[in-house]
Amino acid sequence: MKVLVPIKRVVDPYTKVRPLADGSGVDTSGAKFEINPFDEIAVEEAVRIREKIGDVEITVVSIGKSECEEQLRKALAMGADKAILIESDAEFDSLSIAKELAALATELQPELILMGKQATDDDCNQVGQMLAAKLNRPQATFASKVEVSTSGVTVTRETDDGDETLSLPFPCLVTADLRLNEPRYIGLPGIIKARSKPLERRTPATTPVVKVRVVRVEAPPAREAGRKVSSVSELVSILKDRGAL
Amino acid sequence: MSRLLVIAFQPSDAVASAGFAASLGLPWDLLCLTGASDLDLGNEKIISANLDLIPPADGLATGLAKAIDGYSHIACVSSMQSKDFLARLAGTSDLAMVTDVVGIDSPTTFKRPIVAGSIIATVEVLSSPVAMTFRPAGFPKPARSGVSVQESITLETPSKATIVSRSVRGGARPDLSQAKVIVSGGRPLKDAETFERVIGGLADKLGGAIGATRAAVDSGIAPNEIQVGQTGKIVAPDLYIAAGISGSTQHMAGIKDSKIIVAINKDPDAPIFELADYGLVADLYDAIPAIQNEIA
Repeated sequence: MKVLVPIKRVVDPYTKVRPLADGSGVDTSGAKFEINPFDEIAVEEAVRIREKIGDVEITVVSIGKSECEEQLRKALAMGADKAILIESDAEFDSLSIAKELAALATELQPELILMGKQATDDDCNQVGQMLAAKLNRPQATFASKVEVSTSGVTVTRETDDGDETLSLPFPCLVTADLRLNEPRYIGLPGIIKARSKPLERRTPATTPVVKVRVVRVEAPPAREAGRKVSSVSELVSILKDRGAL
Repeated sequence: MSRLLVIAFQPSDAVASAGFAASLGLPWDLLCLTGASDLDLGNEKIISANLDLIPPADGLATGLAKAIDGYSHIACVSSMQSKDFLARLAGTSDLAMVTDVVGIDSPTTFKRPIVAGSIIATVEVLSSPVAMTFRPAGFPKPARSGVSVQESITLETPSKATIVSRSVRGGARPDLSQAKVIVSGGRPLKDAETFERVIGGLADKLGGAIGATRAAVDSGIAPNEIQVGQTGKIVAPDLYIAAGISGSTQHMAGIKDSKIIVAINKDPDAPIFELADYGLVADLYDAIPAIQNEIA
């Protein structure tokens, strides 16, 4: 079975980022970059599927600048078999990324595409669903459990008010949520092994047509500093005065 | 021609959409997927699909591909359900999409939070139509006006996915994303029974919803659908009461649009006190019963 895992290079989600002074973008100078945490969960899940059922080939792919190699190598160290870097300095939006990934998936024909539910930099939560649509595959987003059989997957997914279990035939697409698994720690042997795994560099198969563009970024309005209250009765009387109780 | 279609999964979505539609300033129609809705929200048409059950996203997107004809804007209240479906529809129908709109500069320029709410981006949409999800809190409800024309529509929603089971929790409490009051708890609540008794007890007294931190959910004290924060639900109630919550960045990202934040924590140095409007340094097991007595 073939599994394709698209991953995105994002600014470390534990780094506090600020807008550039001119508002033209996010200041990432000096920041670390990581695999988008939800994509990392997807890589982990693919590796666990292989550990469980055996004959699985895992390809990770990233679209972007040359530096994305760093994140692809990390995914290889986690256990992915091979990597593809679609190298481009061009601007993409969710839909154009989905189209580029669709072209790759049409070529590779993976039974399963596993990816994060959203990237922690743009927080869009779109590419998985758009890619599934472009490939006319069924989708299960926000997955918290994935069970693989010979003909498809059974996915438990989180919903707004509980959960839902969907059965999807291959080929299909699943997006990972936080509770699907906890990605493994990568040791030195994995890192060394990853250096000799294949990483193919390509140019994009499509020309991105950007339909949504960020034109300005700014810091959110700051909340006014609050104050401590000395007792429950003071708290309740303030809240009553403000009409909150 | 510019015209907005709001797609509501249930009538409460429809009510929450009126402010957004008024802010956008375009003539608009409302498509209710479930629950016939005779709400008068300033829209021109109400189209009822009368679905018994929301089908999987691939089926729903197929079913609605024709219904969006003639609209320049297609919008849903932000939720996991709407993101699952609307991004699928955007893929099917090749639409530009903007997630989690919190402000409108013009019918093609919107504000949305990125990087877990630490930055607000202004995005420009370069093609029409556009699909969008929005957070209702930023769009105050207008006075209702106008008379709606009622229509109904039959949707064919073929899906390759099969629903094996669905479980809905929550019971009688209001939905987190639309609640006026939220009482939220963290790890110090010890276990599920204590959480329900203490946090649930105060929430019920205030007619509010309950929320939890990621730590509380991960340790099994609270169910995952009530997790508040960057990786859970983004909330904006009138009153958010955080009990035994230290205030991690990822939790704060989910609550900072609340009108009033109250923090109750034993630790006077807990980071949540920096963001809370009112902080009470106290043991929550003393403070919460005292609050209940005080408002009785």
